[in-house]
This record gives sequence, C-alpha cells and structure tokens, in this order.
Amino acid sequence: MTNAHNIPTPQTPPPDSLRHQALVGQAVMHTHLAMQKRRRLMQQLLIHAALILICAAALVPFLWMVSTSLKSNSHVMSNPPQWIPHPVQWHNYKAIFTRHNSNFLLWTRNTLIIALLTVLGTTISSAIVAYGFAKIKFRGRGVLFAIMLATMMIPFPVTMVSLFIIFRWLGDHTGMQWLGTFKPLWVPAWFGSAFNIFLLRQFFMTIPDELSEAARMDGCSEFGIFVRIILPLAKPALTVVALFSFMAVWNDFLAPLVYIQRSQQYTLALGLQSFYSQLGNTSWNLLMAASVLVIVPVLVLFFMAQKTFIEGIATTGIKG
Amino acid sequence: MPRMSRQTVNFLKGMAFLSPWLVGVLVFTTIPIGLSLYYSFCNYPLVQPPVFVGWHNYNYMIHDHVFWISLKNTLLYALMSLPMGMVIALALALLLNANIRGLSIYRTIIFLPSLIPLVASAMLWLWMYNSKLGLINVTLRSLGIAHPPPWLTSTQWAMPALVLMSFWSLGNTVVIYLAGLQDVPRELYEAADLDGANLPRKIWHVTLPSISPVIFFNLIMGIIGSLQTFTQPFIMTQGGPIRATYLYTMYLYDNAFTFLRMGYASALAWVQLLLVLTLTALAFWTSRFWVHYQGK
Repeated sequence: MTNAHNIPTPQTPPPDSLRHQALVGQAVMHTHLAMQKRRRLMQQLLIHAALILICAAALVPFLWMVSTSLKSNSHVMSNPPQWIPHPVQWHNYKAIFTRHNSNFLLWTRNTLIIALLTVLGTTISSAIVAYGFAKIKFRGRGVLFAIMLATMMIPFPVTMVSLFIIFRWLGDHTGMQWLGTFKPLWVPAWFGSAFNIFLLRQFFMTIPDELSEAARMDGCSEFGIFVRIILPLAKPALTVVALFSFMAVWNDFLAPLVYIQRSQQYTLALGLQSFYSQLGNTSWNLLMAASVLVIVPVLVLFFMAQKTFIEGIATTGIKG
Repeated sequence: MPRMSRQTVNFLKGMAFLSPWLVGVLVFTTIPIGLSLYYSFCNYPLVQPPVFVGWHNYNYMIHDHVFWISLKNTLLYALMSLPMGMVIALALALLLNANIRGLSIYRTIIFLPSLIPLVASAMLWLWMYNSKLGLINVTLRSLGIAHPPPWLTSTQWAMPALVLMSFWSLGNTVVIYLAGLQDVPRELYEAADLDGANLPRKIWHVTLPSISPVIFFNLIMGIIGSLQTFTQPFIMTQGGPIRATYLYTMYLYDNAFTFLRMGYASALAWVQLLLVLTLTALAFWTSRFWVHYQGK
C-alpha cells in the first residue's frame, strides 16, 4: 500500500505533466498519512482497552482478597457484596496471631531460617560449580553439562519417596535426625541446583577470559580468580539466583508437607494450609487476612528488586 | 612429585569445582532414583523391611482403576491448561510488546499474580469460586445467570476451575515470551513491511519463527510442570469431588504417606519419570520441524 516509489526524486526538476502528477501524488500521500495516523491511533486505543481489561482481571482477585480480609464475619456473608468494608476490621489481622493453634510468627521464623540457609547454600555452591563449567576446560565437561541439564527434567515427586526413606534411615542409623527437622529442606541446596548452576554458567561465560589470564600471570590460584575476579563481576546474576531461591522456599509446599511433621516446625505455606483446615470455610475474612500476610513480603521484595526479577526470568528463557 | 600434564591439572581443577554438584547429584538424585527402582519391585510398608515381589506392583498398576483415573485427570489437566495457557501468554506478550505508553505499569500488573505463593493463591481462589458468596458467582448472578456452576464442588466444573485459575498466574511465561519478542531483529519486520505483509502475516511469518526457541522452552517447562501439579488440587478439592481432580502426584503422595505403600509409590514414581521423559523427548523430536535457531 505504500506510495513511496510514486514520488519523483527532487534532484531532477520534473516537466509540467510530471509535476502535476507529483502534486497529486503528494496530496494522496497526505491523506494516506492522515489515514494511517488515525488507524495507528485507533489501534493503540484498542490495545490500551484490551490491556486495561486484562489488568483489571489480574487485579480484581487481589482487591477482593484485601477487601474480604478487612470485613466482619457478617459483612463477608452479605449479598450483594460490598467492596469497601465498613467498618474496617483491622483486628482481623491481629486475630491471626492470637488465635488458638496459630503460630504465625513462629512459622515466619521457620520459613526465614530455611530460606536463609537455602539461599546461602545454593548461591555459593552453584557459583562454584558454574565456574567449573564456564571457565575450566577439561575432558568430559560437555557430557557432565548435558547430564546436569537433563536432571532439571526430573520431577521432585519422583525422588521424594526414596529421599524420605533415606532421611528416615539416616535418622535411625547415624543418631542425627533428619525427618521432622529442617535439614531435608535446606541441606540439598548446599550441593548446587541444576537450574542455578545453568543460570550462573551462562553469565560467567560472558566475562572475558583476559581478566582471569592476567590474574593467573600474577600467580593467582584458580579459586582466587573465582573469588576475586569472577564473583564481584557476577553480582547481578548472583542476586537473581538468591532472589529466585528465596521465592522458591517461600512458595514450596510439597517438600515441607512430606518432611516436616510437627506444627511448631511448619513453614508459612504449611501453616496457612493448616489454618484453612481448622477454619473450614467459615472465616473467610481471617483466611484472606492470613493469605495477605503471606503475600505481602513477596510483593515488597518484588518492588524492591523489580528489574532484577524481570531480567532474571527473561534470561532463563532466552539463554535456554 | 612428577609434573602432571596441563590436561590432568585442568581435569582435577574441574572436578574440584564440580565436586559439590557431583556429590549432590549422586546423593540426592541418582541414589534415590536407583533405590526407587529397586523398591518398585518390592512390597515395602515402611515399618517392615522391603520384600522383593518382582513385577507385582506394575501388574497391580495396570488393573488399578484409581491409577488410571489419576493419570487421565493429569493428562486432561495438562491438555487443558498447557496449550491454551501458552497461547494466552503469547497473546499477552504481543500486546505488551506494542509501542504504547504506560507499558511498564501494564507489565507489572500482569506479572504480579505469578508472584503469589501457591498456597495463598489456592486460598484466594477457593474464596473466588465459593458457589454462594464467591465473587465469580455473585458476578455471574448479577449478569442474569440464575444458576452459575458450583465450580469446585461439581464433578463437571472442578477441573475447568483449576485450569481457569492457572491462567491467572501466567506472568512468568509472559515475561519469557516478551524477552524473546524483544530479541527479534527489526530488519525482519522492515523486510516484511516492504513486502506489504499485514499484521497477522507478520506474526505468522516473522514473529513466531523467530521466537520458536522460546516457545519450545516454555513448552518443555510447561510439560514438566503441569504433569506434577499437586498443591492446588490438594488444598482446594482434595482431589474431589469423587476424584474428579485427583491428580497423579496426589495418588503418589497418598500411596507413600497415607497408605505407607512405599513399593507401589516407587513404581508410580518411575512411571511418572518415564512419562515426563517420553513426552519431553517427543517434544524435542517435533522441535526440528518447527523450532528455528537464529544463524543456523
């Protein structure tokens, strides 16, 4: 539909007939451009409309949850529903902490302990392994790397049963309890996780070798190069790994469900679920308040590190 | 000390750096998978030592109708949620890749739901789907639908309800698509413009082939993820009503930790592993017909 090739080049002054043609052409161009502009505008409006609708759909459940969490029990039941709670029942949030059998503070503490140990462990160990895959050329590296990628495909449910048996056996035979402690949840993190190793390896590969060569000339050991040169340069990637593994712990449900037994050791995810089974579907306001409490730290973390988050997820797909 | 060759030195260095993973993959992956292969041929009620029973568990599985129900449900869930989820996520990414104002706000909002921990979103959707007071049915009734579906308490609607709610948290997939879309070389679009291609043709002939590796990545992750879905049905429906949402991983979990049939659970674990591997291998095989890597 473009008329670009109809416009004569300005360097050669056109004869009369041609000039006329050019003028007509220009007029056509103008209306054409105006039409195109209008169509572009319409298109943009449509996209805005679609996006606003979609964003509303994404947000409404949140708002509904927050609204419910601040209502009295009788208001929750009111039909048609009220969006703005009146009166606002802030003490729903207090009730979560004071309820019988609820240990929200303890569950938060437990989750934070597991998260801290996991984040530290997986970031350190994955970085070490990733350095081996990225910067040292040795026989068998390709095969081992392929095996590592393949292990990413193994679903956790496949190993959880025999891991349970192994942890139980260790408890019976070594005098060191595993089941019913946090160990099954964080100790494996200290042996690197395939996903994080892969992510860090991709990042390390982009660091030029000249830096490490220079340090090697100066007599720096391989581990010294890793710690003093690569790690400081890899801070963004390390942050991504730390952030993702924190989120994974916060989110995890199945592993704590399998390996943790007493309610004093529940993580927040387990605690929230036990809250539901106690309350049934009678106290939606309290359930929603508890859910909001579990969500808020994640949202805060996200808004503090939004860019890191988005770029981190993007790299997993692009480099994959 | 004899001088080692450079090759040997590098090999030892490499092994040293890889050692955490080498130990980890042995202890936390290889040994458990090997053990579960052995247990899958045993009768092992946990409180007593395992007794070898040959193919019994696998024979039992073939005639176990709960196994077939859970397998069918899982495949159904994957078939309903994965392809549609991938299309919706791609459509969202295309919208979010348009050249308009306020994009970063839209992107943030669409990404937010995928941050919500599974247990919390399960609670939220339990409430949304509540047949009497949930927001969805209240809205449907106000739109004049007198008898909206009872969602999670109906054998017919419970599964679609789980699928629908999975579309709420596609943010991760969208972000990965978006990154792919932003990597498509501009020249390709310019060339298509010169050829007079319209938008649908540009999407079909330029965008999709260019981001096919990203689509493939999302497909693989989706297959692996959806086949092990557990948390949402475990919390929201306990697999019901009448096993309508009883998924494979729930059956595995129940066998291991409710019925304490460790042998049978191990056999189920192996079948799940083989299923995931087969489907991923299938996806890899088809990929050579539709995945185009740049510069190859």
